[in-house]
Order: sequence, then structure tokens, then C-alpha cells
Amino acid sequence: MSTPKAMQQSFALRLSSGTFLAFWCLLAAFPIFWIAIMSFKSPVDAFAASPWAVITGPATRANGDGLSILDIIIGLAVLYFSIRWAFTKLPGLVKTFCPPGLIVLGWVFGAVLYAVAFILVFFGLLPLLLGPINSISGPLGTPVLGLTTEHYVAVWGENEFYRNFLNSMLVTAGVVTVSLTVGTLAGYGLARSGSDLAFWLLILALVFRALPHSVLVAGYLPVFINSSEILRPIFGEGAPTLYGQPWAVIAVLVAINQPFTIWMLRSFFQNIPAELDEAARVDGCSHFQAFRRVIMPVMWPGVITTGLFSFLLGYNDFLVTSLLLDAQNQTMVPAIAGYFNRETTTTDQVEAVAAAVSITAPLFLLVMVFQRQIVSGLTAGAVKG
Amino acid sequence: MKFKTFAAFVGPSVFMMLLFIAAPLVSVFIQSFQVTQPILQQVEVETCTPGFLTQTCTTEMKTVPVLDENGKTITETRWVGLQSYKNVLQMDKVWEGVSNGSWNDIMQIDFWRALRFTLSFTLLTLPLVIGVGLAIALAVNNATRAIRGPIIFISLLPFIITPVIGSLSIYWLFVGDGILTAMMERWTGTNISMFAQAWTIELLMYFYRVWHVAPFAFVIFYAGLQTVNMDTLESAVIDGASRWERLRHVIVPHLMPLIIFIALIHLMDCYRVFEEIVGFRSQAHVISLQWLTYDFMTPDDAGNRAISRASASAMLTMIGIVFLLILPLRRTWRDHKGSAH
Repeated sequence: MSTPKAMQQSFALRLSSGTFLAFWCLLAAFPIFWIAIMSFKSPVDAFAASPWAVITGPATRANGDGLSILDIIIGLAVLYFSIRWAFTKLPGLVKTFCPPGLIVLGWVFGAVLYAVAFILVFFGLLPLLLGPINSISGPLGTPVLGLTTEHYVAVWGENEFYRNFLNSMLVTAGVVTVSLTVGTLAGYGLARSGSDLAFWLLILALVFRALPHSVLVAGYLPVFINSSEILRPIFGEGAPTLYGQPWAVIAVLVAINQPFTIWMLRSFFQNIPAELDEAARVDGCSHFQAFRRVIMPVMWPGVITTGLFSFLLGYNDFLVTSLLLDAQNQTMVPAIAGYFNRETTTTDQVEAVAAAVSITAPLFLLVMVFQRQIVSGLTAGAVKG
Repeated sequence: MKFKTFAAFVGPSVFMMLLFIAAPLVSVFIQSFQVTQPILQQVEVETCTPGFLTQTCTTEMKTVPVLDENGKTITETRWVGLQSYKNVLQMDKVWEGVSNGSWNDIMQIDFWRALRFTLSFTLLTLPLVIGVGLAIALAVNNATRAIRGPIIFISLLPFIITPVIGSLSIYWLFVGDGILTAMMERWTGTNISMFAQAWTIELLMYFYRVWHVAPFAFVIFYAGLQTVNMDTLESAVIDGASRWERLRHVIVPHLMPLIIFIALIHLMDCYRVFEEIVGFRSQAHVISLQWLTYDFMTPDDAGNRAISRASASAMLTMIGIVFLLILPLRRTWRDHKGSAH
């Protein structure tokens, strides 16, 4: 399709719009990629004043941690082929080896297996192989780029960041499953009911959406801390203290997330033609049967999109988890705040950077895999308002 | 759909919202008029230190908390009326500041300081977010199709990143002699420290928020641009409208509902600005309303949480939300009534 001549743009306009776009991309990606680079350097390099020193890492190289040209070439090749394999062959393998009903579980399993295999090959096998190759290949084998993974080892090993990671996963998984289960039912009900009550519920949800979370936490905190005394008349001696319990935080985050979830799922269900479930009802299904047999098979795109946003809420939350969880059950994001208080040496600072990059990496993968769903979710919210 | 089925579908969700959103609101409202303190009593304590010939004994009156049989302190809850609000607002000092005509005196009080920052943050970032978002959307719409996907991918990164981490990543670029501070120092030839005074921190916070939210505006505007009526655009061209006039009279009116939507979401989210304070570690210079409540709730050195003051400041924050939502809610209500007729 060719644009009409009158709509064609002058060269200057195209150039300035292109420059602006390039500038924005640089601005958008720079802080994130920069902290990723910093996390691989020794403290002296990471906080060096000249950008070139941060990238090449002379002090890191002087410590004996570095990559040779050969390392870089082989590493990039392995990276390229493993990513290509993940996008071309992995889906087929998952489909062949997975029993038909459990495709989601199969994907989760496949992804975890792939991640473990990748880490083993990339960080276990490759250095072992490249060590002897470097030593015999002369100038190509001498390190040119300082790079060290010691901060990651310190963060995940010594500081036991994996505990926080597991807590984060627990909270996030809980938030996503519960809020989708509850939200799908409510979204469907709201989409198919044109009553005034449904309208008022949606308005109420909008008001709840605007509440600052600290207002709500101010309500939970005294109750959660004293909950074993408050609940004793009902549950007897075994009454739990809700403060510090991951499942209590899951319940709180699900409730906070509900307004958004039901608005979004309602707009998805409104796009599914009502004739579909009416036909099922004519054939003698109850509302629930119609929902289960007719709507559930076609609702997954909307549910996945909404699930992504629930995931982000649970994963990114700082305020609720930092106030309602104690130190043993802390999730990743509040745990990183613990680094500031300790942060006395520059090593601590770079470890905090490494922890921050560890938190960001899963999100990066998430955008890579689900970009289309995220965009459609954002626009779906806007179109329906 | 019958009411019973509707209730069964919506029930669990409404129950959760009532239990975890509406009930806490009520309890915060009640707490803000109460104070819970340990009951104290005056006890005469005799302390003796061994001395030559006789022990030296002194008796003094000490204030100690009353313990119950399990050794826990007994607390009592009293109604104190508006005392907590007074503690947060400190109106007497405000009036003093007003009568002296001294803005700085008022800004010494945490609540007013937080309110000032929250409002200026919300109102200043709003036009920036809409402007930058629209500019990116127009530029991407101009770009060749092949590079749009990667650009959207990169643009989504600032939006999706954990807010605390996002602000930290900018903080690390500027902290101490971070590379960007070093670069500015080389250009200007002066010694710059970005985190020593309030206004530079605030600038970085505005920048962070625009960086974080502009992609959201961009994606929505970009979707809106795909539905612009080409016939209207062409007739505008035939009528001799310049590019700028077309943008102003055709495209922006077409995007107006989306602009209002983004403005509303942005006002809601900005009003509860919080993560920036944590990420930039700006407590000493700049605080926000939500951070103030958070700070009251975190245990102090003695392990006490100022729950009643937190509740009072939370309720005061709520008043702002009411103002924020009155206009959109009135509009929705009118639309709803209009559609019913």
C-alpha cells in the first residue's frame, strides 16, 4: 500500500522522528542494561567514573576474572543457538511429550527443565571446556573483558537470596491463582448481568482501585498482630497469628487486585458473544454448566493477560509485603531494602545491584514471551474504560 | 441472569473486597480516634549497691508497664477524639507559620511537606506523561513496520520493571560519582551531588515517573492511532490543513477519551507515590503522603508502631482520593442515567 503523495513526509520530519525514537529507546533501556553490566564487575569498576572503565572492567580483569575474545565468541554462539532452539524446537517437544489435558503444566515443566539445562551448560560446562582452550590459543585466549559472577554467588549463596526468591514465587503464584479463580467468576457474572447492582459493584471497585495501599495496611496491621487473641474464641488454642503468614499476604494482595481483575475480565467476557452461552442454556445447561463447558474453553487469552498483571502486582509489591511479613518469610523486593541498611562497603552495593538484576531478569523474560498479551491487556483496559 | 446466580458468581470476589478493603477502611476510621497504650504504674524501687560498712540504698519512683500473668504488658485503648489528627496536622504551628508569612515553617511539618510533594508530583508529571507518550506513539506510527515490534519490546521494559528496582537503577547512575554525575561534573566543571538537596532528588523522581509511565500511555495511544479515520485525515489534507493542524484538530480529538482515561489512572497512581521514596532513599529531604503513613506503621527503635497516627494520616490521605474521584464518578453516573432512559 503506497501512501498518497500529500500524506508523504518530508525528509526532515522523518529524520527527527527517527532520532527521537532512537533517543527514547536508549533512555528506556539504558538504566536497566547499565545495572546489568555493573552487577558483573568488581566494586572498583562498577562505580568507576568513566563509562568505558565500567564496560571493560580493568580492575576486574586484574583480579583474574575476565573473558577472552574466544570466550565471547563461543559464549555468544551458544547463547544464540540456545535461544533459537527454545523458540523453534521446544514448543514441539512440549507438545509431543505432554498429555493433552495438561499443556500448561507441560509448559511450566519444560521451561524449568530448559532453564536448569541452560544454567548447567552455560555456567558449568562452558567454563570447564574453555579453560584449557584459552590456555593453548595464545593472544585470542587472553582476557580482554573483565567479568565476574562473584556477586551473584554471594547474593544467592551466602545471603540465601533463594529463600526470598521462593517466598516471592509462593506469594506470586498464590496471588495469580486465587485472584484469577475468584475474578473470572465475578467478571463473567458482571459481564452477563445488566442490572443496576452490577453497575454499582463496578463503581465500588473503581473507588477501591484508587485507595492507597498504606490506608488498607493501617487497617490490617493491628488486627494481624493480635489475631491469635482475636480469633481464639472461634478457633480455640490453635488460632493463628496472621502477621508474617504468606497466605495472609496472598489474601490481602488478591483483594487489592480484585478491582482491576474484575474490570479487565469483564471487558474480555463482554467481547465473547452472549449467543454462545445462550445456545448452551437453550440446550439445557445451567449458568454454571454453560460457563464451564462453553465459556471456559474460549476465555484463556483474556485470563492469561489478566494473570500477567496479577503476577506483576504480586511480584512487584513492596509496601504490603514489607509491613505484613517478618524477616524469615520476606519476599525479594523488600529484602533488597535490607541491603541499603547494611550497605556500608562498595561490595555490599554491588551485591545489591546483583540482587536487583536477579529480580529484574524474570520480568525481562516475561516481556519477551508475553509481549503481545501485555499490549492487548493494556489496550483492552483503555477501550472499555 | 437471576439474582441468585449473579450472587453466586460475584459472591467470592465481593466477599474478599468487603473483608479486605471495606472492613479495614472502617477499622482505620475507628482507630484514628483511639490510642492504644500500655498501662503504666508508678512503683517505688529500692536499689542497693554494696558499699563499705553498709550498703548504699536509694529509693526512687519508677514508671513501669503493668504486666499480666503471662508477663505481657497490658494495653488499654482510649478514645481521644481528634487528638491523633491534631498530632499529624499540627495546626497551631501552621497558623504560626501563616501569621509569620513563612512558608518554610509550614514545610517543617511532615504532613504538609508530604502533601506539597504529592500534589506537585501528581500535577507536574501528568502533562509530561501524556506528552511523551503521545510523541512516542506518533514516532512509532511513523517508523517502518519491521522495527515496531522491537521498539515496543524495549519501551515495555521501564513499565514492567519493579518500581523500587526501577528507581534504584536510576539512583545508582547518579549516586556519589556515578557515571552520569561524573559526566555532568565534567561538562559544568563544578562538584555536583544529586542526593544532597531536595530539588535535585525531586527532579530525578519526576524523571523516573515519566520514564516508568510513558510506555503505558504510549501503548494506549498507539492502539488509538490505528483507528484514526483515514478519510477525515485525507479530507483535512485536501482542505489544506498542515501537519500540525491535522494533529491538533483530527488526531487529538480522536484520542481524547484515551487521554482522559490515562489522566485518571495516572492521577490515582501518582497520588499514592511511594516506591520512589524508598528507591531514592529521600526520606530526609522529600516524603509523600503514603510514605508518611508507612513510616508511622514501621516499628521505631523501641519497637512501637504509631498505629493511631498512621490511621489519622491514612484518613487524611483518603480525603484527597474523594476530591480526585468526584468528577469522574459524577460523569459516569450521568452517563449511566443517560443510558438507562
